[in-house]
Amino acid sequence: MILLSLVTNIYFFEDMEGIKKEIIESLREKIMIMEGFKSGMMEMERPDFGLQEMAHAFPRGVFPTGAVHEFTSPTAACATASNGFISGLLSGLIKHGMFCLWVSTKRSLFPLALKTYGIEPHQVIFVDVKRDKDVLWVMEQGLKCDALAAVVAELGEVSFAESQRLQLAVEKSHVTGFLHRRRPRRQQALACVARWRIRPVASRVPEGMPGVGHPTWEVELEKIRNGKPGKWYIEWRRGEFTFLPAAQGIPAALKREHYA
Amino acid sequence: MPKRYMCIWLPLLATDSIEKIRPELRSRPLVLSAPQNGRTVVTAANRRARAEGIVPGKVLADAKTILPELEALPDDPPSTAKLLESLAEWCLRFSPVAAVDVPDGIILDISGCAHLWGGERPYLDHIVGRFAKGGYGARVAIADTVGAAWALAHFGTQDAIAESGQESLVLEDLPPAALRLDPAVLARMEKLGFRRIGQFIQMPKSMLRRRFGDALLLRLGQAHGTEPEALEPVVPELPYQERLPCLEPIRTATGIEIALQTLLENLCSRLSKEGRGMRSGILKGYRVDGNIQQIHIGTSRASHNPEHLFGLFALKIPTIEPALGIELFVLEAPLVEEAPKPQEVLWETKGGRTQVAELLDTIAGKVGMDVIHRYLPQQHHWPERSIRATASLDEVPDTEWPVDKLRPLHLLSLPEPISVMVVLPDYPPMLFTHKGRTYKLAKAEGPERIEQEWWITDGRPRDYYRVEDEKGGRYWLFRSGHYGEGEPEWFLHGFFA
Repeated sequence: MILLSLVTNIYFFEDMEGIKKEIIESLREKIMIMEGFKSGMMEMERPDFGLQEMAHAFPRGVFPTGAVHEFTSPTAACATASNGFISGLLSGLIKHGMFCLWVSTKRSLFPLALKTYGIEPHQVIFVDVKRDKDVLWVMEQGLKCDALAAVVAELGEVSFAESQRLQLAVEKSHVTGFLHRRRPRRQQALACVARWRIRPVASRVPEGMPGVGHPTWEVELEKIRNGKPGKWYIEWRRGEFTFLPAAQGIPAALKREHYA
Repeated sequence: MPKRYMCIWLPLLATDSIEKIRPELRSRPLVLSAPQNGRTVVTAANRRARAEGIVPGKVLADAKTILPELEALPDDPPSTAKLLESLAEWCLRFSPVAAVDVPDGIILDISGCAHLWGGERPYLDHIVGRFAKGGYGARVAIADTVGAAWALAHFGTQDAIAESGQESLVLEDLPPAALRLDPAVLARMEKLGFRRIGQFIQMPKSMLRRRFGDALLLRLGQAHGTEPEALEPVVPELPYQERLPCLEPIRTATGIEIALQTLLENLCSRLSKEGRGMRSGILKGYRVDGNIQQIHIGTSRASHNPEHLFGLFALKIPTIEPALGIELFVLEAPLVEEAPKPQEVLWETKGGRTQVAELLDTIAGKVGMDVIHRYLPQQHHWPERSIRATASLDEVPDTEWPVDKLRPLHLLSLPEPISVMVVLPDYPPMLFTHKGRTYKLAKAEGPERIEQEWWITDGRPRDYYRVEDEKGGRYWLFRSGHYGEGEPEWFLHGFFA
């Protein structure tokens, strides 16, 4: 119906290039809204993740909330890095004593450490189940409950159809979901808004100083709907994301004097 | 119809209840004691101790001097009071009105009850016999008034029955203490030489009031039945149960759902009136063939919301096997708690706890109650003990979460053994091998020594190192024990982000 009226509009103002452009813009807008990127979101409601330097990669320059993000980690070290990055994002989502659901199989997350990432660990409810199927069921239930700030799920395998169900759940409730796949056997496309890959990289310490630096990651946005994929080096320092120039993040050569 | 009352006095209630649990104490002198004015005083003594002359009120040290083998236990008045309450409830089988007479008596209103046992004497004997069977020594008396029954039970002959209208006659020979008077009034009477009630019962009322106050006249009047005395009957808690008999046996899931909805609405309206909520529920279906089908639910916080509870039950309805049909449904709530009163809100805010609690109930109903965890900080340095799980959604930490020490984001529940290469003792490792893979370490910091908490367990301390390998993976390693005390063992305990 809308399309039809717009097409008639185009017919009438065929010769007016500016208006044509405007119409295309508004059509794009409508498609975005249909895909779940709300434009009506108030500036106040928008959570602040401290990812300004990454903004150009996101649709409309805003980190997509109310959608499901996918993370894949092939190793335990990568999984920890992914969880660190997810925790950093969560701290921006959890507010006013809202709860967050953390569903996983074989969880090794240590709640005490979440405090380092700006999360009150008692605001996180852990659900530890045995099968991937149960994780998905619990996640779907969680995503339907708009009283939750976010739902994180750690699991192995997930199919495209299952990820579609999750997407349908968030479209109604606008809860943000993080689907973290640990050591997946297969890599396939999922109905998620974005696919991230987080790898730990050598931390930075001042020249000649011993010790281990802040958590540092190579954050790769492999796929994002209506956005531009990219790669960044990020450090979690003093409770916020700090972007590093690419050169510094690349693992430096071993230096014996860095030994304690 | 004249009123009749029975007073059951359990003089050895506290010690009897302990002897019931520990029968070996029955043959030994036993006292209960409690501190009073800076010394420990005997508050209750069993038969053997009383036979040796140890009565309540004696100082425990004195009693032990008299009888060195005396067994002394601490007194616990609240549990005795609870026991008395439950005994009073049990007494409802003898009379519809039973009241607790603190600290060790029960008063029954037995008007019109005794003939069911064939008269007052067999009735009284039956009750004394039942108490004796249960292990309680009881002195029982029946009279027209509560006061007279009390007096006879405590100071009259064993198992006394005062004939109707004979109160003043039986009271005459009893001491003034039988009137339940204040110790101060009793002391004054003792001073004036009133040893029996009969000595002052005929005195003009004005004189008694001037000398001893209103309380004496009130108690005298209550004993004679001229002043009213109200009993506070015990009311047993009605079980939270609803029944629904069906005209025709129910065989379909829809039928079960309708039955469940009806039962839930009735039970929830009662619960919400009382400000309570269900923590667990059982739906039983009595089948025509005598089999009982039942489904359980549990909730994470008390709820009296029928829709929510129905949702929980609905997940399990498919497990009911109706076979030939169910003719009676019974819904029970074995565990009921005070429900938080919902606050009236002007507008709906996000983050409603009720919504979250209901979500968790749904999860627990499908996957199991034990899968949901929430953690609070605990003031321990040992990493495994620094958090504790809580079942409640409303419990908040009583201390701040610690941030002074860095802890790994992933902690292995069991530290995994590794082999390491170390340049010098007490230096961080240069490389470690875990499950056949070798990690070359580039950076390290530590050690952070964490000692075993000696008041909990003994064991070796741990020296923790935070290390980073060449690829950027960050690990938490520890050495268990010191160098010089045998070969130290190394473990991988966690991963830093």
